[in-house]
Amino acid sequence: MLGGPLSLRGPAVQFYLSTQIPGDTMSDRIFGLFGLALAIFFAWAALQIEESFLSDEVGPKAFPLIIATILGISSIFIALKPDAEPVWPSLGRLVEILAAIVVMILYAQFLPVAGFVIATAVAASYLTWRLGSPALSSLLIGVLTSVGIYVIFHLVLGLSLARGPLGF
Amino acid sequence: MDVLANLGDGFAVAFTLQNLGLALLGCFLGTIMGALPGLGPSNGVAILIPLAFTLGLGPTPSLILLTSVYYGAMYGGRISSILLGIPGDEPAMMTVLDGHPMAKKGMAGEALSLSGIASFVGAFIATWGLILLAPQLVKIALLFGPAEYFALFALAFATLGGVSSTNQAKSAFAAMLGLGLAMIGVDTQTGVPRFTFGEVHLYDGLDFLVAIVGLFALSEVFIFLEHRHGGSDANSGQLKLGRLTPPLSMIKQCTPTMLRTSILGFIAGVLPGAGASLGSFISYSMEKRLVDKEGTFGKGDPRGVAAPEAGNNAAAGGALVPMLALGVPGSGTTAVLLAVLLSLNITPGPLLFAQNPDVVWGLIAALFIANFMLLALNIPMVGIFTRVLMVPPRILMPIVAMVSFVGIYGISGSSFDLLVMIGFGVMGWALRKLDVPLVPIILGTLLGNTMENNLRRAITIDNGDWFTLVDSPLALTLWAIAIIGFVMPLIVGRLVRSKMHERGDEEGSITD
Repeated sequence: MLGGPLSLRGPAVQFYLSTQIPGDTMSDRIFGLFGLALAIFFAWAALQIEESFLSDEVGPKAFPLIIATILGISSIFIALKPDAEPVWPSLGRLVEILAAIVVMILYAQFLPVAGFVIATAVAASYLTWRLGSPALSSLLIGVLTSVGIYVIFHLVLGLSLARGPLGF
Repeated sequence: MDVLANLGDGFAVAFTLQNLGLALLGCFLGTIMGALPGLGPSNGVAILIPLAFTLGLGPTPSLILLTSVYYGAMYGGRISSILLGIPGDEPAMMTVLDGHPMAKKGMAGEALSLSGIASFVGAFIATWGLILLAPQLVKIALLFGPAEYFALFALAFATLGGVSSTNQAKSAFAAMLGLGLAMIGVDTQTGVPRFTFGEVHLYDGLDFLVAIVGLFALSEVFIFLEHRHGGSDANSGQLKLGRLTPPLSMIKQCTPTMLRTSILGFIAGVLPGAGASLGSFISYSMEKRLVDKEGTFGKGDPRGVAAPEAGNNAAAGGALVPMLALGVPGSGTTAVLLAVLLSLNITPGPLLFAQNPDVVWGLIAALFIANFMLLALNIPMVGIFTRVLMVPPRILMPIVAMVSFVGIYGISGSSFDLLVMIGFGVMGWALRKLDVPLVPIILGTLLGNTMENNLRRAITIDNGDWFTLVDSPLALTLWAIAIIGFVMPLIVGRLVRSKMHERGDEEGSITD
């Protein structure tokens, strides 16, 4: 586990690396096509820009169109000359990340409502729990993280944080 | 001596109680961030930028704080490289090769203090290099018109992938993605909204700080969640240091190595597209070729510890030269530092030296001060920093996430910005999986509007003639370097890359 830089990624991944089939390149092809679609969309959106009657020689469309062109060309290259397949997480880990994203979005929404300390304690508890802290101690870690940040950034450094109904 | 007088003024700026305190704080935090695997110089500086603002620090104090963090992180990376065999950040990758074997031989303390001294030598020489070289570069930059600036920006993007770039198409994609994101908002010249799709929040454009913190800091949290890598890599048994001073004979043996690699690292830092990782890599390779007669490199040779550390710290200083003198950063962390300057309404570049000499020379003086502080912190107090390695990521990563939220919310007080930041975090995670470099995206969002303005100004001056872009010898030279810089990695890149990535972190798209 502590052998070298690779150990940052855990045994499952190392196993995957050792079994990886060269030539498996779907991700980059899809990514390239996605990039191409993005470039076309960007070019289309650039063409929708309303020109002002007071425009300079170049206008607001030219540079975005150059960007869209290079974006498109590089996407085509990515699709045509793909790299080896990256190590994608298993479905379970993917759900894990999605769940964390949902928690963060909820945190962003509820921060002004619930106030900094409560919202942060909940979000930090969740994250540390999912990263492997035991359930009970993750509650404690979450509360300590939240209160710690509140003390350092609000009480000591005077940063204004979101206030909840309880005043903190 | 103009330089010395300026430097004197700089020290006068830096020597206030507040600034010294900030430098000390920055050095301390930076060393910790460098030491912790998963937090490098770029994301370390990134999370602290919003905080520096919301605290209402002025330009010079903020810069002093953040560059101290930058230098500190370069020092700190070696600690986990040596003790755990895991680089704390990417520039410290090469230090693992000889540092970890030394630790296994029971010479951890010597390796740490020797590398501390090497870091000091590298950074010290590089800071002098910065003083001497930056004003010369400014003289050239003063000849630049809008067309040359446009070419210079193109050069920066073309070379940013670097010699070790794995896939130039992906570097180009990233740069264009960043530039495209910068286009969002009201056009500065004609006042028409672009790519806003009727969303009022987007009229001001995306705040690049939101993008930086999302891409660098939050994506790291997702990477850790993905691997559920929550346990600490260190246990107390590994952290025995032994004697904390290197014997004089060892320093003597390493002195020529340190001097050579400092100069080499500095040059690597100044050149576009290289940065500290490459600086430490070529330093190590050169020393191995020059002095490794008995084949001891890789088995715990002190010179193999001194070389990459002097090299990467010198490169860190060298990377500041193009950032300050031209306004074009050559590495990830200096791109983040550019964001600091831009948010403070300071435009780096030749005019900075004329208009805000207090900022430039105060910063340079702060670098010297930070460097001495770091040496003082890192030799006797290295034991404290090694304790930090025992903080497991399951506790650290939530803190990183929450501090990111605090910083961004502190700037704008808007939940919308937090959502955008989460979006960037997810995007950063996906792009890192796909091996798309993140630094060009940051640079694109930072420089996009300036680049476009230069283009439009150049062409407007010449009444709509697009050939004005390649009209002067200076512009042509810049375009030529840009093209060579973009094509060269396709040819020689494979060689350098295979050597460098042998020990690389595949998800380490946050290169520096």
